[in-house]
Amino acid sequence: MISEHSNNGCEHAIVVRHLKKSFRKRKRQRYFRYKVTEELAVNDVSFFVSPGETYGLLGPNGSGKSTLIRILSTLLIPDGGEVRVLGHRLPEEEKAVRWKIGRVSVDAAFYKKLSARENLLYSAHLYGLNPRSAEKRAFGILERLGIESHRFSDPLEEMSRGMQQKISIARALMINPPMLLLDEPTTGLDPKSRRDVQKFIEQLREEEGTTILLTTHDMAEAERLCARIGFLAKGKIVAEGTAAELRQQAGVVSFEDVFIRLTGENLSEDLT
Amino acid sequence: MARLILLGGQQMLAFVFRNYHLTRRYFGWVVVFSFYAVVNSATIALIGVAMNDPRLTMTLVIGAMMWGFLSQLFNDVSMAIAYERWEGTLEYTFMAPVSRFAHLIGESIYAVFYSMIRLFLILIGVALFVDLDLSHTNWIGLIVTLMVSSLAFIGLGLIAATLPVMSPERGAEATNIFQGSLLLVSGIYYPVEILPAWLQPLAKLSPATYALSACRKLMGVGSPADETGRFYGAPISAILPELATLLLMGW
Repeated sequence: MISEHSNNGCEHAIVVRHLKKSFRKRKRQRYFRYKVTEELAVNDVSFFVSPGETYGLLGPNGSGKSTLIRILSTLLIPDGGEVRVLGHRLPEEEKAVRWKIGRVSVDAAFYKKLSARENLLYSAHLYGLNPRSAEKRAFGILERLGIESHRFSDPLEEMSRGMQQKISIARALMINPPMLLLDEPTTGLDPKSRRDVQKFIEQLREEEGTTILLTTHDMAEAERLCARIGFLAKGKIVAEGTAAELRQQAGVVSFEDVFIRLTGENLSEDLT
Repeated sequence: MARLILLGGQQMLAFVFRNYHLTRRYFGWVVVFSFYAVVNSATIALIGVAMNDPRLTMTLVIGAMMWGFLSQLFNDVSMAIAYERWEGTLEYTFMAPVSRFAHLIGESIYAVFYSMIRLFLILIGVALFVDLDLSHTNWIGLIVTLMVSSLAFIGLGLIAATLPVMSPERGAEATNIFQGSLLLVSGIYYPVEILPAWLQPLAKLSPATYALSACRKLMGVGSPADETGRFYGAPISAILPELATLLLMGW
């Protein structure tokens, strides 16, 4: 049973209890006949994240990680269970949650023809921020992530995936959110960009106390960044704890072996 | 309350800002599509010139212009959601604390401005091919009609915009079929009366029918030409029934 509060008496930043989410799929049989099937993407998942904690969700492709992130970012409505984000119930208080979360997803979703500056200013207007101060904050983040200021006016389509992902991080942090949802933020990045992003996440946690929910396929990244890790397989959390606890539970040394042992799955093909 | 209004205004401005910069970045395509629209309108208008019939020419010019304006407006508004889905930005827009009202009104404001500027550029382009006498056109009435008919078309566009949310592919397909049906039944280039009897009632449901009727009156197509062949545009009072119907549809 998950309590409403963390050890230090503060309310948990994220509380998920018995969460369920399924999707209906319509498959065409013959002519106008369709077969409707229901796939359970998240099946009775419960976990919590304390304020300022970095919690990792690891699982193979299709295990329900992105569905969980979408529910927490108010994009999907759960079929059952309870979800609380920063004290707000979802989906009832989704408006309040939207002001307080930033999200970075695996594909940096931008208007590729627009420049970094134009994309960031567009977001600043959406969140009702003062464009000048939001721009200053975003550019500060980008400089810390190693992007040179002369690239700010370049269209995003002319930038590498790593640079686009860094701009996506700047966009999420521009609103100064107390919670960050990072959905495979380093997938497909070169080692230098990946290290830049990981270092920045560490700094963010230490300096700002931001609560972070991270999904990743990178075991080393999860071990480095996350205080606790939950393994998700076929929509269920199959193991949870610190990296050391999970290692002990699996009885193997390599964290990749821990993942395979506890989830019963091979590592994803897109493991980088 | 004032803070909420200011926030809503800024969020609407976000979509105007974004669309303005997208237009700027896609300027090459804007020129290409505008060129095509000018040539399309001019070739339609030249049918009237070939027939040596100024009234027919004017009818065709008005039809081409108005359809160019209204279809652009409808397209921009109705495809607002589908476009974001193609760009992959829809989830970010939907998880931002923006009401759908502010979102779609912001899109509509830019669409009206863009469609109007495009309309006047096309009019200038068509004037290079066709000798148009617009000296007695009721321009104020025309602008009023454009604004009022915009409301009705924005309303239709907003309804259509929600279709791709329900079904991405089918929704976009349905929007195009709907737009084509409006072109057919609204009497853009011909009187509605020549349509098959079973189709004619549908013309009454299309805002384009009333917008065109008003524009023809304001440009004098419905009135007899004087001895020099000039058409005299009617005053706004003559198009009050059309304006009232359009307002009602927009509401």
